[in-house]
Amino acid sequence: MCATCGCGSDGKTTFYLVDKDQPHTHDHSHPHDHVHPHDHGHTHAHPHANEKKIIDVEQDVLYQNNLLAERNRGYFDAKNILALNLVSSPGSGKTSLLERTLKDLKGELEFAVIEGDQQTNNDADRIFATGTRVTQINTGKGCHLDAHMILHAMQGLKPKDNSVLFIENVGNLVCPAMFDLGEKERVVIISVTEGDDKPLKYPDMFHSSTLCIINKTDLLPYVPFDIEKAKANAKKVNHHLEIIELSCTTGEGLPLWYNWLKSKVLQPEAV
Amino acid sequence: MHELSIVMGIIKIAEDHARAAEAAAIDEIELDIGTMSGIDMDSMEFAWTQAIQGTMLKDTVRKINSITAKAKCLDCDTEFEIKNYYDACPVCGEHLIEILQGKELKVRSLLVS
Repeated sequence: MCATCGCGSDGKTTFYLVDKDQPHTHDHSHPHDHVHPHDHGHTHAHPHANEKKIIDVEQDVLYQNNLLAERNRGYFDAKNILALNLVSSPGSGKTSLLERTLKDLKGELEFAVIEGDQQTNNDADRIFATGTRVTQINTGKGCHLDAHMILHAMQGLKPKDNSVLFIENVGNLVCPAMFDLGEKERVVIISVTEGDDKPLKYPDMFHSSTLCIINKTDLLPYVPFDIEKAKANAKKVNHHLEIIELSCTTGEGLPLWYNWLKSKVLQPEAV
Repeated sequence: MHELSIVMGIIKIAEDHARAAEAAAIDEIELDIGTMSGIDMDSMEFAWTQAIQGTMLKDTVRKINSITAKAKCLDCDTEFEIKNYYDACPVCGEHLIEILQGKELKVRSLLVS
């Protein structure tokens, strides 16, 4: 069983690299050819029967995940891959934003996508239709992606050097907040059909993100969402947070998102 | 329910250390959990009772050190206790705060025999 994937992944997490010839049946193997390092600081003890002994552990519970996240980060840095972790509630428009972005910036930037959902390949199929390389992770009962899953997804996906890797997390504003995947930036997406108090209700996610996208602004005339209040709430939780308002449907505000994205892509160092 | 992942992580850390020390049993486990660590204690409790079955932590006494979250105002340097990220500085009312403590989530020690 995977040490870091306690959340319903003991053999239940599946990875599909969507393939041109066999778009639904490519369930690649999940080899464990890497070491899971443990930190054993106290191996010299020989307690006698019934002898009580205190072990100073002092270990972060997320240590294993964080270690693998740093490993992913090193891989991304070495290949100059901009990895973005996209988080939101279900239905905020993450996949639609990705589809639109992949189509609009085709030819300008190189992309790869990891899709995280409990079930189905639906999102990966939508991404694949844009001509982008994509791996679907199905977490089964799991409520979030973790660094270990990303590591395995990468083995099949093999994103190109100097590319942008979008990791679309499981739709959930709670659990994914705690799990570093090795991303460069975390992007939280909310839509105007949600409450403007979302940042206050789910502060961990807004606190740990660097960019907040407010989507579906074309619906503002029809919903009671107070966009200024939502922005103020988000800023109260995280004063570093950048905010971009856009509509995937009308395209309004998309240039701001594209400029943000391009500004984060590092030009490869000349050799 | 990421608390289940967290509990599984705690069990792994505890069992690894206990086995490395050639201990037969874990009598006590001491955890540091900050009030803003993102852990819901009710979910944690539920996950705990389920996950420890069949592990070395089955009969272990659990001691939790709850660490109260504190922040510092970046405007006026006041240090104060917080319950939420959006709490304002009690002196100047600003939201420009930096978390000083309260995000801990750590296995501190084990008592083994």
